[in-house]
Amino acid sequence: MHSEPILSQFVISQSDARPMYLQIMEQIRQRVAVGEWSPGDEIPSIRQLAVATRVSVITIKRAYLELEREGVIVTQHGKGSFIAPNPDLNPRIYDEELDERLEQAARLGALLGLAEDELAERLREATTRLTENQTTESTETIRETV
Amino acid sequence: MNEISVQFEAVSKRYPHFVLENIHLKLPTGSIMGFIGANGAGKSTTIRILMGLVHQDSGQVHVLGHPMPAGQAAAKRDIGFVSEDMRLYGPATLAWHMKFVQSMVPNWDAPYAEKLLQRFDLKPQQKIKGLSHGQRVKAALLLALARRPRLLVLDEPTTGLDPIARHEVLGELMAVLADEERTILFSSHNTQDVEQISDQITFIDRGQIVDTDGKEVFLDRWRRLRLQLQPGAALPNLPGIIQVGGSERLPVLTINCFDPAMLSACQRWGATVQAVDSMTLEEIFVANVHSRREQVTA
Repeated sequence: MHSEPILSQFVISQSDARPMYLQIMEQIRQRVAVGEWSPGDEIPSIRQLAVATRVSVITIKRAYLELEREGVIVTQHGKGSFIAPNPDLNPRIYDEELDERLEQAARLGALLGLAEDELAERLREATTRLTENQTTESTETIRETV
Repeated sequence: MNEISVQFEAVSKRYPHFVLENIHLKLPTGSIMGFIGANGAGKSTTIRILMGLVHQDSGQVHVLGHPMPAGQAAAKRDIGFVSEDMRLYGPATLAWHMKFVQSMVPNWDAPYAEKLLQRFDLKPQQKIKGLSHGQRVKAALLLALARRPRLLVLDEPTTGLDPIARHEVLGELMAVLADEERTILFSSHNTQDVEQISDQITFIDRGQIVDTDGKEVFLDRWRRLRLQLQPGAALPNLPGIIQVGGSERLPVLTINCFDPAMLSACQRWGATVQAVDSMTLEEIFVANVHSRREQVTA
């Protein structure tokens, strides 16, 4: 059984455009990824987590169902929910979203009359920009801290 | 055990200037229903019928298994009710009220009442007339919660509360639901509160239920599609288009029964899908009510 301090660290952002159940799913995955929750660990019940995060039972239930489908957790009726023995942390939902966005990009590329390798080049540029931005941000943080 | 705590079937009530018409509601035990409507939409009338304070002209109402209004005495033993127009006795203290309620109800939970005093930051020795609006709401809520009712009925519990008090109240409502035998129905025009804590959502407008569903289903089936059409092309023929905005070539469709398959249907139609926006409960409510009102006037 988890005590309240552990639970209350789930933070739901209201300015995050993603639905609340996706935010909950991501935070559970992250806990598993960093090893705070290990395979076989019992996780809070749906109602416990709903009370602690002040998010409706139906939303937490959906997050748990999706995580079960993805193989991150297992639920045993009458016993509770546990982290799966070999949790699959590759979020399928992001995968689907990526496909969707890439299709969008392909459409816009066609609209702009870009050739296939030109479009690929743009993606590479975007990746580089993202890495650069992240580096600048962390440098700034370090500067601020200093 | 009743699986359904509140059930309305074809309930109607006529007033000279307002009609509540054909209300159907179903609230499963262990869940929270958020009841959303504009001022004067019929929220309070519905709640009063639920409590047996107003008698319906026709239709069946069952609360915790009791027919209303006939079974109201039995039902009310297990209902905690807080409404805006409920007055506590001004010259008396909160402690006096707590003793008074305790003397009348069998299930008063004194340790829980003490805990609520702390969590709501209330002082029992303070007189009601000296309390702020938020403190009065919290005091009334404390008196209802400490009875440990199986059903909590709250008419606008968060209206007029500051953000801190609202946070405390929402947290306490969720804590009630830790026990899956307890059920809450609350009305509000704050869609953000409803979106966060409700399992079931019901929209009411001009005396009629506009829509009612589980929250996740609700949020999932509403989307805004931003399209780009070829010059002179017609809109794709999709089901559930509630509103059409934007321009001729760049229409924005609001849809109430979204399905990802619609995107490929748009492609086949020759329309480019530029974006699919999810919508907040507030946006859904406004779109829903507007389209309803337009249908009625059309």
